[in-house]
Amino acid sequence: MAAFRYESQVRPGLVDGSKDYHQVTEDIIGPIEAAPTRGWWIGFIISVACLIFGIISVTTQVIYGVGQWNLQKTIGWGWDITNFVWWVGIGHAGTLISAILLLFRQQWRTGVNRAAEAMTIFAVMCAGQFPIWHMGRVWLAFFIMPYPNTRGPLWPNFNSPLLWDVFAISTYFTVSLLFWYSGLLPDMATIRDRAKLKWRKAFYGVAAFGWTGSTKHWQRHEALSLVLAGLSTPLVLSVHTIVSFDFATSVIPGWHTTIFPPYFVAGAVFSGFAMVQTLLIVTRKVLKLEDYITMEHVDVMNKIIVLTGSIVGVAYLTELFISWYGQNKFEGYEFAQNRVNIFSPYGWSYYLMMGCNVLSPQIFWFRKMRRNLTVTFFMSVIVNVGMWFERFVIIVTSIYRDYLPSSWATYYAPSIWEIGFYVGTFGLFFTCYFLFIKFFPVIAVAEIKHILKQAGNTYKEKMTESETVSVEEFAHEHAHAH
Amino acid sequence: MAVKKFVVGVFTDEKVLFPAVKKVRSAGYKIHDVYTPMPIHGLDHAMGLRETSLHTAGFIYGITGTTTALSCIGWIFNSDWPLNFGGKSHFDLPAWIPITFELTVLFSAVGMVLTFCYLCQLAPFVRKHHFNLRATDDQFTMVIECTEKTNEAEVSSFLQSVGAVNINTQVAETGWWLGRYDTDKLPYNTQGLN
Repeated sequence: MAAFRYESQVRPGLVDGSKDYHQVTEDIIGPIEAAPTRGWWIGFIISVACLIFGIISVTTQVIYGVGQWNLQKTIGWGWDITNFVWWVGIGHAGTLISAILLLFRQQWRTGVNRAAEAMTIFAVMCAGQFPIWHMGRVWLAFFIMPYPNTRGPLWPNFNSPLLWDVFAISTYFTVSLLFWYSGLLPDMATIRDRAKLKWRKAFYGVAAFGWTGSTKHWQRHEALSLVLAGLSTPLVLSVHTIVSFDFATSVIPGWHTTIFPPYFVAGAVFSGFAMVQTLLIVTRKVLKLEDYITMEHVDVMNKIIVLTGSIVGVAYLTELFISWYGQNKFEGYEFAQNRVNIFSPYGWSYYLMMGCNVLSPQIFWFRKMRRNLTVTFFMSVIVNVGMWFERFVIIVTSIYRDYLPSSWATYYAPSIWEIGFYVGTFGLFFTCYFLFIKFFPVIAVAEIKHILKQAGNTYKEKMTESETVSVEEFAHEHAHAH
Repeated sequence: MAVKKFVVGVFTDEKVLFPAVKKVRSAGYKIHDVYTPMPIHGLDHAMGLRETSLHTAGFIYGITGTTTALSCIGWIFNSDWPLNFGGKSHFDLPAWIPITFELTVLFSAVGMVLTFCYLCQLAPFVRKHHFNLRATDDQFTMVIECTEKTNEAEVSSFLQSVGAVNINTQVAETGWWLGRYDTDKLPYNTQGLN
């Protein structure tokens, strides 16, 4: 049985402090039952303000048309698709933590998976806004859905990567939401059963779906989580692969590359982990969850950041090499002149991307830096700035100089409504996140309890004692026959 | 809906719970259920529960998704409205792989979650009897069903001997009913039961 399983002493513990099951409940559910702090209100109000700015920007764009954005004939995709890819990418870390690390039996995922999954859902919600509002006539958005209609019936083109994207993103959102919420049910029941206030009992009573904690239900719940993890793992890889197909299946120099799928997925995980760090470093401090989201978690995630950052770096260099080796004149020009040439109009963005994504994460080869919260927080922001510029470089520098010099675009800078839309998605994201940390358990309570007696620091110390007694005695004492 | 009588034993340590489950079963008592705050691996085996078939259901939903996607796209592009995309094949299987995959995952995930909720009878506004409110916090609650032959005092003392810290008898409805958790309206009458 897992709870009594022998756990290597080499691995550091994942729960600090002396905890029992009840203390875990108190620590994680406590902040939900307390009144919101001033900091929470300030953050929430700023987020809502950003959201309102976003709503105004989008409304303006819907009333006056996509011409409110500074997109043009040559630069048909600018900030909107950059932001779309950026947000989708951020979502990927949540699924990686919740699904892939579950399959790999990585116990450290337990401290961070709930918040990371919530981040995934909110990020995908933000991402979805961009293609939808970019349609212009958004009231006809349902045309993308295949259903027998009176227009022919006119079906969408199932061979188009843009339609694959519709399926990929909506499936991703649905599956992530189901995975997240099915994991939340037991914790909702925990809040319900200790609630003193009437409305809280009613609200969490509805939200917990009548969960009791029955052994049979747990057995099914475990099976469900495992299979959903198994489904989410190829799903998450497929989502950013399909997003990269939006570019890679075209014939634009700079987009037409077979390296895109793995390169996009690595980049997505990279930026996603950076966002997880940004959120959790603040969350653990504000909600006093340092015992559950420990330096160990921060350290491991920084290792993933340096790994994926380096994969992305290799991809950048491979792309560069192939543009020379492939001897395609258009692609060669695109890379040499539009990106690498620092004096070209967007040359600066290429170096910003290289500096933020490839060079700066190398600092995490040093353990001291990985365990430094200030450095980690700073780096997590830098990485996301870099990843935003990666998408900007890929999209804009590939198209602003069209095949014919007469079609070359003038310098593209976003209009206030494009900026407002982007700010608005931050508003949406953080409004959701603030509501999440106020009303939902930020850490999976039941899962922490599940690993507490093998990965909790105080329990590990006890294990060391029992280890010195004798192996046979330990096995005899802790084993049980099924 | 059947209203029954139960002897409820509360344990505070899973190390005690495991041998207790075995002893209670070998003594011939029928365990109604054990409620735990987190999944405890092996407890289902100890209680003699069979493996869940939810995986199989997931697989069936998955292949339903695969066939739905392939047959729909195939029908649309070949017979309903065959469009010519630059002279490419109408039966363009490689280009359908992404959507087929996504629908496989979608059908499987949605189907499994709905099946899970159905099997466990979980839904918003569903209310169940909770034998111990700390069963979702830090206590392990073993519930033994009483039949007309059961001697409650004997069961209680047996539970005490295997390590239960708190033992009581409750009359409860084992299924569910619609209701809210902030109101105490029970659908059954506890009067008249011995």
